[in-house]
Amino acid sequence: MADAHVEVRDLCVTVRGPDGAPLRIVDDISFDVARGQMLALIGESGSGKTTIALSLMGHGRGGAAISGDIRVGDATLDGVGARSLAAQRGHRITYVAQSAAAAFNPSRRVIDQVIEPALIHRTASPATARQRAVELFRALALPNPETIGSRYPHELSGGQLQRLMAAMALITKPDLVIFDEPTTALDVTTQVEVLQAFRRVVREQGATGVYVSHDLAVVAQMADHILVLNRGRVREQNDVRTILEAPTDDYTKTLMAAAHPVVAVAAPAARAPEPLLAIHGIFAGYGPVDKAGRPANPVLSDVSLTIGRGAAVGVIGESGSGKSTVARVVAGLLAPTAGQVTLDGEALAQTVSGRTREQLRRVQIVFQNADVALNPAHNVGDILGRVLRFYHGVSGAEAGRRVAQLLDLIRLPAGVADRRCGELSGGQKQRVNLARALAAEPDVILCDEVTSALDTVVRGAILDLLADLRRELGLAYLFISHDIATVKALCDDIVVLYKGTRVESGRCESYSTAPFHPYTDLLISSVPEMRTDWLADESFRNSAPFAGMNEQPALCRFLPRCPVAISGRCDTIAPPLQSMAAGNIILCHRTEEELAR
Amino acid sequence: MSGAPAMSRWRGPLRLIVKRIGLAFLTLFLVSLVIFTISGLLPGDAAQEVLGQSATPEQVAALRHEMGLDQPGPVRYARWLQGILVGDPGQSLVANKPVADIIAERLPNTLTLAALAALVSVPLAFLIGIASAVARGRKLDRALNILTLSMVALPEFLVATIAVLVFAVKLLWLPSIALIPKDPTLAEFVRAYAMPVMVLTVGVVAQLARMVRAAIIAELDRPYVEMAQLKGVGRSRLIFRHVLPNAVGPIVNAMALSLSYLFGGAIIVETIFSYPGLASLMVNAVTSRDMPLLQACAMIFCAAYLLLVLIADTVAILANPRLRQG
Repeated sequence: MADAHVEVRDLCVTVRGPDGAPLRIVDDISFDVARGQMLALIGESGSGKTTIALSLMGHGRGGAAISGDIRVGDATLDGVGARSLAAQRGHRITYVAQSAAAAFNPSRRVIDQVIEPALIHRTASPATARQRAVELFRALALPNPETIGSRYPHELSGGQLQRLMAAMALITKPDLVIFDEPTTALDVTTQVEVLQAFRRVVREQGATGVYVSHDLAVVAQMADHILVLNRGRVREQNDVRTILEAPTDDYTKTLMAAAHPVVAVAAPAARAPEPLLAIHGIFAGYGPVDKAGRPANPVLSDVSLTIGRGAAVGVIGESGSGKSTVARVVAGLLAPTAGQVTLDGEALAQTVSGRTREQLRRVQIVFQNADVALNPAHNVGDILGRVLRFYHGVSGAEAGRRVAQLLDLIRLPAGVADRRCGELSGGQKQRVNLARALAAEPDVILCDEVTSALDTVVRGAILDLLADLRRELGLAYLFISHDIATVKALCDDIVVLYKGTRVESGRCESYSTAPFHPYTDLLISSVPEMRTDWLADESFRNSAPFAGMNEQPALCRFLPRCPVAISGRCDTIAPPLQSMAAGNIILCHRTEEELAR
Repeated sequence: MSGAPAMSRWRGPLRLIVKRIGLAFLTLFLVSLVIFTISGLLPGDAAQEVLGQSATPEQVAALRHEMGLDQPGPVRYARWLQGILVGDPGQSLVANKPVADIIAERLPNTLTLAALAALVSVPLAFLIGIASAVARGRKLDRALNILTLSMVALPEFLVATIAVLVFAVKLLWLPSIALIPKDPTLAEFVRAYAMPVMVLTVGVVAQLARMVRAAIIAELDRPYVEMAQLKGVGRSRLIFRHVLPNAVGPIVNAMALSLSYLFGGAIIVETIFSYPGLASLMVNAVTSRDMPLLQACAMIFCAAYLLLVLIADTVAILANPRLRQG
C-alpha cells in the first residue's frame, strides 16, 4: 500500500516473565492501515491486541520492550523529538480506553479532562477547545451537550463516559485514533448507541482508526480490515467481508463459532416438573425502609418465578434491572421487604442467619468474578475442603478424595488442588468457583453473570460444563446474565427484568420468534449480528414517543424508551399481563397482533 | 447556574462537616471526663506537696479545704468544666498563679517551634515522598527508603544527643541550650531554633514522606494515570494536576497526625534543649501534682489534636467531588 498511513513491520514486544526470563508476548507482527480506514485487531485476552495498539503510541505497559519498525504519518518508534511516537500521544495519535469509568480522573470535571490534550499540545485556545468539545458532544448524541462537561465522572453513566472519552480522543483532530474495547463494559442496548455515535463521528472526521476487540460482530460494524490474533501472532488478515464470509484460518472459525454459543442440551427438563424453588411477589431494595415498607432505593417490585427440579431458568436485563438482586434475595444475602422464597414448598427465612444448614446447602450461589470470590491466600484444595467440612463434616483423606472427584467433575486435573487461585487462568478460576458451589451438593445453583467476564471461547466451554453438570447431577440453575444469546443457549425458561419489574416470562423457544415485549425486542435486536450492514444509523431511542417523560412506578417502567407506546393508554394506566399464543406472558398494553408487526 | 442549585450543592458537605464538628466537641467532652478522673487517681496530694513533710495533718486539711480539694468529685468536675468553658482553668496549686497566665507564657513558644518544624518538614516530606513514588523501584527510591526508614528508627534523644555533640561540643556552631533572648535578632533566632527544629524534623519528615509515597503510589496504579500519560500529560502535570488531588485525603490525615505530634509530643526535644514549651510544662505539673495545670495542658493537647484532624477531614471532604456533593 503506497498511501499507508500506519506501517508496522516485524513488531515484537517482550516483557519479563514470572520466572525473570524474557517473554515475547507479541511476535513478529506486520500490518498497514491506509488513511481514513479502520483496522480491527481481534483476539481473546492474552492475544496481544492491546499491547500492539499501545505500541503504536510507543507505550509499553510495565516496562515492556518494543522492537521493530512502526511508522504513523511521519513519526516513528525511535524518532527523535516531535517525530517520535511518544511525542504524538494525545495529539496526532489518541486513545479511547476500555473502561471510561476508570480512565477518567474522579476528582476533575469532565470538560477539563476532555480539552486537556488540546491545551497540553497547544492545538487550540481554551475557548476554542471548549467550543469544539461541545460540537463533538453534540455529534456523539450526548444529552445536554452545553453543560454535560461540567459534571464529574461519577455523575455520568458508562455509555456517556465512553462517548465523552471519544470526544477527548478527537479534540486534537488526530491522524490515528485507537479504540481499545470501548464498548465491552457496556450493556448491549447502550453499546448500539455508542457504536452508532462512534461510527458517525469517525466518518465525519475522516480519522484513521485501530479498533481492538474480542467481538467479531462489533468489529464488523466498525472496521474495513481485520487482523485476527492469537498468542501474539497473526492468524489471518483480510478485509471484513472476506473474513466474515470465508474465513480460512481455523482459529478464526473457532472465534466465529464461539460468538454464537450452542450448548448440546440433552433432553430439556420435562414440562412442569415438580417446583423446587419458587419466589412469590418479591419487593426488595437498598437503603433505609420507610413506614410504608418501601426501601429508599427500591430495586425489585413484585417479581415471581419458579424453578422446577433440574430446570434452568434464565434472568436477563441490563445493568440496574435488579437481576443480581434476585439472586441475593434467594440466597438470603438481602432481606426482601415483601414476598417469599420457598424451597420444596417450605418457606425460607429472609436472611442466611435464619436458615438451617441443610437449607443453605441446597441453595448455592456463584458470583461473577472468581478473582474476588476466591480467597487468594488459600489453595484450591483448602477452598473446596472448607465447604466439604462445613456441610458434610468430611475431612482428612476422605476430603482429599472428594476434592479430586470435584476437580474431575469440572474437568480440571487433580494436581490443581495444591495450587493457589492466582496461578490459574480465568476459565480455570471460574471452574473452581463453580466447584465450590458443587461441593455442597446443592439442588439449585444461582449463577450470577458467571460467564460475563470470560472470553467467548472460554465462555462456550463453561456453558458446556454447566449443561453437562445439569445432565449428570440433575442440578437446577437460576442463570443470571445480560446476554440473551448465552441465556438462550442454556435455559428452559427465561424471565426478562426491566428496572425491577418482570416484563416478560416464557419458554426459551418463545424468544426465537415475535411477538415479544418491546423491551425484549430491543434486547434481542441490540445484539450485533455478524454482517457488516447490521448497524442502523439511526437510534431506536429517537423513535420513542414518550422519550422526554420521567419514569413512574405506577405506569409501565419502559414507557420512556418504548417505541410503540400508545398515547392516552400507556401514559395513564398500568399495563396488564397478557398471555401470547407461544405461551409467553408479557406486561404490555399492545396486543399480540400489534406486537408481531 | 442559578442560586438555588448552588446552595444545595454545598448543603451536603456542610452537613458532613457540621457533623464532624459536633463529634469533635463530644470527643472533647469525653476526654475532659477521662482527664479529670485519671488525674484524680494519681498518687500524692497537692496540699501535702506544697506544705512539705513537716506540716501537721490540721494544716494539710485546712489547705485542702482552701483549695477545694475536700469537695466531692462531681462538684469539682462541674466547677472545673465551667472554668474551662469561660477560659479560666483555675489557679495553679504550686506556682500560685492563674493557670491561664502560665500557659499564655508557654503557648507561643510551643506554637513557634511547631510552626518552624512544620515549615521545614512538610515541604521536605513532600519532596522526598513524591520523588520516591515517581522513581518507584529504582535506585533513588531505594536510597530514599533506606534514609527515611533509618530516620524513623532513630530515637529522638539519640538524634538530639548526636546533634549536640557535633554542633555544640565539637564544632561550637550552635548553643546546646535553646535560650531565646527578648527581641532576638534574626541570627540569634536562627541559632536558638536550629537544633530543636532539626531534631523534630528528622522524625516527622520520615513518617510523612513515607505516607506521601504510599498515597501517591496507590494512585499511580489507577487506570486514569495511564490514560493521562497516553494523552501526553507530562510528569509534573501528572503528579500535581492528576494524582495529588486524588491523594489529598490520606495525605492531609497523615499531616494532621505529624503536626499534632509537633505540638504535643516534643517533650524530649524540649527537655534536652531546655526549651520552655508546653510539653515540659505538663511534665513538671505531673511531678509537682499541680492538677489544674496538668488538666489544662492535657485539654489543650487534645483540642489541638481534634482541631487538626477536623481540618484534615474537612479538606478531604472538599477535595473529593463525591463527598463534596454529598
